Amino acid sequence: MTTTTIAGHEVEVTDEGFLARPDDWSEDLAPELAALIGLRLDDEHWRLIRFLREDYAVQGETATLRRVSTQTGTPVKQLFALFPGKPAKKMAYVSGLPKPKGCV
Amino acid sequence: MTATDTTPLVPSFDDDSGSGRRLAIICSKGNLDMAYPGLILANAAVGEGVETHLFFTFWGFDIITRATMAHLKLSFVGNTAMHPPGHSEIGIHHMLGALPGATAAATRMMKKQIADLDVPDVPEFLELLTASGVHLWACRMSADMNHVTEDDLYEGVEGVISASDFIELTEGAQLLFI
Repeated sequence: MTTTTIAGHEVEVTDEGFLARPDDWSEDLAPELAALIGLRLDDEHWRLIRFLREDYAVQGETATLRRVSTQTGTPVKQLFALFPGKPAKKMAYVSGLPKPKGCV
Repeated sequence: MTATDTTPLVPSFDDDSGSGRRLAIICSKGNLDMAYPGLILANAAVGEGVETHLFFTFWGFDIITRATMAHLKLSFVGNTAMHPPGHSEIGIHHMLGALPGATAAATRMMKKQIADLDVPDVPEFLELLTASGVHLWACRMSADMNHVTEDDLYEGVEGVISASDFIELTEGAQLLFI
């Protein structure tokens, strides 16, 4: 575990840089996390981030890409457009959640 | 161990995007249980930003043929790894799979287990893969053997190509044969 400073917030992160404690996340932090990976959040990003946070609170694990797609009605193609390259991991990162564990 | 640094520690999402890692998966079997490994691995790879190509050949052709793709089956004839979920030491004799209805029952069971994990059935899985940017290719010889044309195949298939075409277009890729 490492402590790092993101926009003045001191947070614990995993060795890879994901927030170690989802409770450290706040809506103020999301745009900062996004900026660090080259993203600027718009309403579509926010809709997904809020879903991920709520879903994590209920399920206790991070939603996979497919779950985000089916539960929010967002086409997979759009998820790739909003979070290019590695959408599932990028969504989890900006939402302050662990990497998703599911296979699909 | 705790360390403090003023530079934020950020996951290196895009560091390897320029590495040119590519994956080629050859799907040669059309049983339900042999279709999923290729589809799942392809989905995982593309989700990691890896350029991914699937080549369907021989019995794997059933996975992308419209008439068959929703009806793949699991048989436990000759499959010694069959046992009820969660009871690994209680085997089902694989020759029981030869009884009428056994294949249908095993197929139903596996489909349910897959659906319970929120994993899509084969046609929907192909949609997921193509939407994610996975490239699907059909084998020329298998098409000729089965007397099918492009019109008989899932619409996301990019082309019916020869084995050497596939080898050419996946030059430098890591390769997996299933």
